[in-house]
Amino acid sequence: MSAKAGADLHILEARSLSKRFGRVQALSGVDLQIHAGSVLALLGDNGAGKSTLVKIVSGVHRPDTGDLLLDGSRLNISSPRDASAAGIETVYQDLALCENLNVTQNLFLGRERRSPGNAIRRMFLDRRSMEAEAEKAFDILGTRIPSLAAPISALSGGQRQAVAIARAIVWQSRLVMFDEPTAALGVEQTENVHRLIRRLRDRGVGVLLITHNMVDVFALADRVIVLRQGRRVSEMDPRKCTPDDVVSAITGSERAGERSP
Amino acid sequence: MNPQRVRKGSEPAVAPKSIQDWLLKISYGELGLLPVLAALMAVLIVFNFASPYFLTPRNLSNLTLQVGVLGVMALGMSLVLFIGEIDLSAGSVSGVCAIILVLLSSRFGIPGILAVSLAILCGAAIGGIHGKLVTAIGAPSFIVTLTGLLVWQGAQRMLVGNQIGQILINDPLVISIASTFMPFWLSLLIVASTVGYALVFCIRRWKLKQHAGTAGKLGLLGRSMLFPILAIVIFLVLSNHLGVPVLLLILAILALVLTLVTEHTPFGVHIFAVGGNAEAARRAGINVARLKLILFSSCSALAAFSGIVAVSRQYAADGNTGGGNLVLDAIAAAVIGGTSLFGGRGRIQGSLLGALVIGTVANGLDLLGQSANVKSIITGLILLGAVSVDMVARQRRIRSGAAGA
Ligand SMILES: Nc1ncnc2c1ncn2[C@@H]1O[C@H](COP(=O)(O)OP(=O)(O)OP(=O)(O)O)[C@@H](O)[C@H]1O
Ligand SMILES: [Mg+2]
Repeated sequence: MSAKAGADLHILEARSLSKRFGRVQALSGVDLQIHAGSVLALLGDNGAGKSTLVKIVSGVHRPDTGDLLLDGSRLNISSPRDASAAGIETVYQDLALCENLNVTQNLFLGRERRSPGNAIRRMFLDRRSMEAEAEKAFDILGTRIPSLAAPISALSGGQRQAVAIARAIVWQSRLVMFDEPTAALGVEQTENVHRLIRRLRDRGVGVLLITHNMVDVFALADRVIVLRQGRRVSEMDPRKCTPDDVVSAITGSERAGERSP
Repeated sequence: MNPQRVRKGSEPAVAPKSIQDWLLKISYGELGLLPVLAALMAVLIVFNFASPYFLTPRNLSNLTLQVGVLGVMALGMSLVLFIGEIDLSAGSVSGVCAIILVLLSSRFGIPGILAVSLAILCGAAIGGIHGKLVTAIGAPSFIVTLTGLLVWQGAQRMLVGNQIGQILINDPLVISIASTFMPFWLSLLIVASTVGYALVFCIRRWKLKQHAGTAGKLGLLGRSMLFPILAIVIFLVLSNHLGVPVLLLILAILALVLTLVTEHTPFGVHIFAVGGNAEAARRAGINVARLKLILFSSCSALAAFSGIVAVSRQYAADGNTGGGNLVLDAIAAAVIGGTSLFGGRGRIQGSLLGALVIGTVANGLDLLGQSANVKSIITGLILLGAVSVDMVARQRRIRSGAAGA
């Protein structure tokens, strides 16, 4: 994957996504483009519809109306499996790791590699190739792991985060979505997550970052999109605005720096 | 300190893998088969001193046959324990399938191989019902299989009907399962190929240079030779009596297949993933409901087979076949073997060795003329010991994780 090569190409485009839960219109007509090698921050108050959008793209929910386009062609995602097959990975806040399994097993969970060869050999795991791949992923992330055979329960919080993110590298994901990755973290671990996200971005991965944390936004984002009550109300460039501008776009108090879509 | 040391120079991101991995695991509280092997050694030594008959070929031959029913059931039980479920009905299922077998054979004259297959299929279907109830309704397996225990026990007694006592079976195949011994040459061949395979395995690994250094090589050799050495000892001892029982071979093959499935296939990883964090497994695209259904079904199929072994040993079945402490012993065997009742942790070989511990205690206490009550108490104490070891190890696991978090 050539880093930055296609920085201006968008990988994923969402066209007028809408989703309704009973009486709640969680999303209405949201457009979105995610570019290779850049970080898009998706902001909004509680209940603005951010997680709903992530869940649609990751195959947990289906949109009522609207389309997803991958590299310009329509994409049908009806399960988490479809999303990962399309190169879309989601890093959940709870990381979704199995603590009893080891690092390699977690990286390849649900998509284990089988030994090459005849039908009998193909029934069995190809541990060596998975471990080699896992090792490469941690090299890329620059994270030290005591051992690939170590169960997740033996890892520190930061190392666990690295494991969850290394999945995206192992799978050569093109788009990685983070739903509030730093919400429960201290300063040091937040910085660690920033570092890992930058590594992904530098490899040409498109990143969608949901956060309530202005530090995340101004440390990482190339673009900011703000949702309010399911509508996209604003798009901003963090290099050209202040945290106050962003906050007022989120809360809806009219201030300078807000541009209507 | 920052746990995320950035790589310096040529320092590899992942520490080299070798015997150190194994020691590391122990320090994390992953004790593997060590506790159960220690327990087995301990009971062997104690009974050796307590009774001069204990280590005779004749008694050890008996012991291997006695452990068959429990061993088969413990293998199945491990599967559901691995996913954090439990099957309290395994004893009743083994009983009802035993009755089904003898009725099919003795009452309806169905040939042995077919009757055995049908009985196992009945077990699989019963397990399928349990699994469906657990996954579709979301009822705890504890309750579902407690219900199963009562229902299938009732069914078993109804099938025995008015006949007082036992229903006999005289199908040669069924009877031969637990009463045939392998000819000398066959057992020699099997033992030799086990040893040969382990050696080839070691040499192949060495060539891959994964296990660098003499210590790494010896460590690998030691671990790979555990079961071949066990096979040699068993073979040498049992050849002095009637030979190696076919039942032991069946048990070994079952354990081998289940070990391969649980430890070396993607499905096996999924089993432990579901046991560890079902939600994470689901998000990784694993069909959790289907997996649970398969495991409940396999557990009950193995329970049925244990019932068949019981019939083969007694030449009969009755309303009490599969009853008593059997199901609790099977759970205890798995736990003594290192299987966690919380799911996600355990090994097939451990459960087999755990069954061997329980079987040995029962056999040894029989030799000493002790009552069933004493057996029950001692087995309970061993279980307590196993659970305590697991709890201490669990604390370690939690602490080793929290230390850096
Ligand atoms: N599965 C669901 N069933 C019913 N309503 C839902 C469901 N998921 C989300 N909603 C509703 O849709 C709206 C948007 O929710 P969403 O989780 O997308 O918000 P969010 O922007 O992620 O908020 P937060 O910052 O609190 O995480 C909310 O009003 C929520 O109550
Ligand atoms: Mg949310």
